[in-house]
Amino acid sequence: MRIGNLSAFILGILMIIPLSGFAKDNEVVESDKKFDPNEMIMHHVKDAHEFHIIDIDNESISIPLPIILWTDSGLTTFMSSEFHHDDNGTVVVEKNGGKFVKLHEKIYQLNEGATAVEFDDKHHPVNASKPLDISITRNVFMMWVSVLVLILIFTAAARVYKRSEDKVPTGIAGFIEPLVVFVRDEIAKPMIGEKKYKRYMPYLLTIFFFIWINNIFGLIPILNGANLSGNIAFTCTLAVFTFIITTFSGNKNYWKHIFWMPGVPVPMKIFLMPIELIGIFTKPISLMIRLFANITAGHIIILALMSLIFIFETVAVAPISVLFSLFITVIEIVVTAIQAYIFTILSALYFGMATEEEHH
Amino acid sequence: MDLVNPGFGLVFWTAITFLILLGILRKFAWKPILGAVSEREESIKNALQSAEDAKKDMQNLQADNERILKEARAERDAMLKEARELKEGIISEAKEQAKSEGDKMIKQAQATIESEKKAAVADIKKQVANLSIDIAEKVIKEELSDKKKQEKLVQDMLGDIELN
Repeated sequence: MRIGNLSAFILGILMIIPLSGFAKDNEVVESDKKFDPNEMIMHHVKDAHEFHIIDIDNESISIPLPIILWTDSGLTTFMSSEFHHDDNGTVVVEKNGGKFVKLHEKIYQLNEGATAVEFDDKHHPVNASKPLDISITRNVFMMWVSVLVLILIFTAAARVYKRSEDKVPTGIAGFIEPLVVFVRDEIAKPMIGEKKYKRYMPYLLTIFFFIWINNIFGLIPILNGANLSGNIAFTCTLAVFTFIITTFSGNKNYWKHIFWMPGVPVPMKIFLMPIELIGIFTKPISLMIRLFANITAGHIIILALMSLIFIFETVAVAPISVLFSLFITVIEIVVTAIQAYIFTILSALYFGMATEEEHH
Repeated sequence: MDLVNPGFGLVFWTAITFLILLGILRKFAWKPILGAVSEREESIKNALQSAEDAKKDMQNLQADNERILKEARAERDAMLKEARELKEGIISEAKEQAKSEGDKMIKQAQATIESEKKAAVADIKKQVANLSIDIAEKVIKEELSDKKKQEKLVQDMLGDIELN
């Protein structure tokens, strides 16, 4: 009986929350005339030059982030607020002898003499070029926040051990230690082997917690889904690190298995060589795509479910959308850990393959 | 396509940030944490090992104790047996000695008694002889107090000699 009441109560809340939110969002939709779910979702999933928090009365509230460009005339920096939330290339910012516009979260530099951006029929700018953009974007900003959090958590845990004489994990160390021991005993030791795993522990631990915390940060709605671990640039970089470490720790046995597979006839050796060679690269590429696709897909599903309310333009869809996205969010919470685990265990597996000794 | 096209800026910052994070955590977090964990595991292992050793020592000690107890018991038994034998030996020896001593004393006593007896007998004989002489003296004195009697005695004596 109590459970029945409770679920009825929760359902009631779920009905009310979207209703109250709907009134405001509706105005926005109306003012934008047409709701484009694709644009909204892509805007959330992709990177941005400002930290957009909320729209109130058609007025964007956001944290401006620095834009750093490497142009022909050297390093050019200014705050993204100078674009006044414009993303269509209409606001031109003049800095360091160059004119810059922001178009779909890309910074373009107008060609010499141009005063406004001109488009071809495919809506590509014709009189502007893209300078090298190393801005502190939303993702970079969130990455630094995550790094700060990681450093705080783990140095605090390390201090617990330093302070205590008997090395008993108390406080935050009690929470951290099982995770660290898990990475060591369930990932590093079985995949790399008892003898060599120690060298790779710092990398594996760092990559595990770095991916995990950014997966989690991506799920926090108020952070506007800074989708760092669902960004291919991020996963690509980490995969490249794994690739570099794998390649450089490869021993004689590893390279022998790639170029001259032992234990098979010579024609087979020749046949296997290109396959194994491609395999070197497919491994990190699969790492990159797996993490990117899993996290981005989760975000897209949640956002798409929310978009249903605005596509159908009816409140009646709200409970269904909210319930389903709640369900997906819970799954995503599990996925955050699973994907971090998979990335780490596969990296460890590749290191293990690279350092495996010859079997006799 | 923008979605699957890695942007240079984020790659750049991710690489730098990750390397710095790796460096910091390696020095300030992973080393102390992993060190402490393995140190503790080592100490637990050592503690278990020493407990096992202590158990073994205990067992050895117990076995030793038992052995020593057994030995002590055997020794005690041996000592008791020896003591008993010694006692019996002493007693029998003492008995024998006492007997021989007694015999000797008895013999001595007998010898003394014999010699005393002889002396006494000799003394008695002497006294009897003296007594007899006294009596004889007195009788003779009495007998020879008058003449008639002296003559009669002489007569008797002479008569005896004649008879002989």
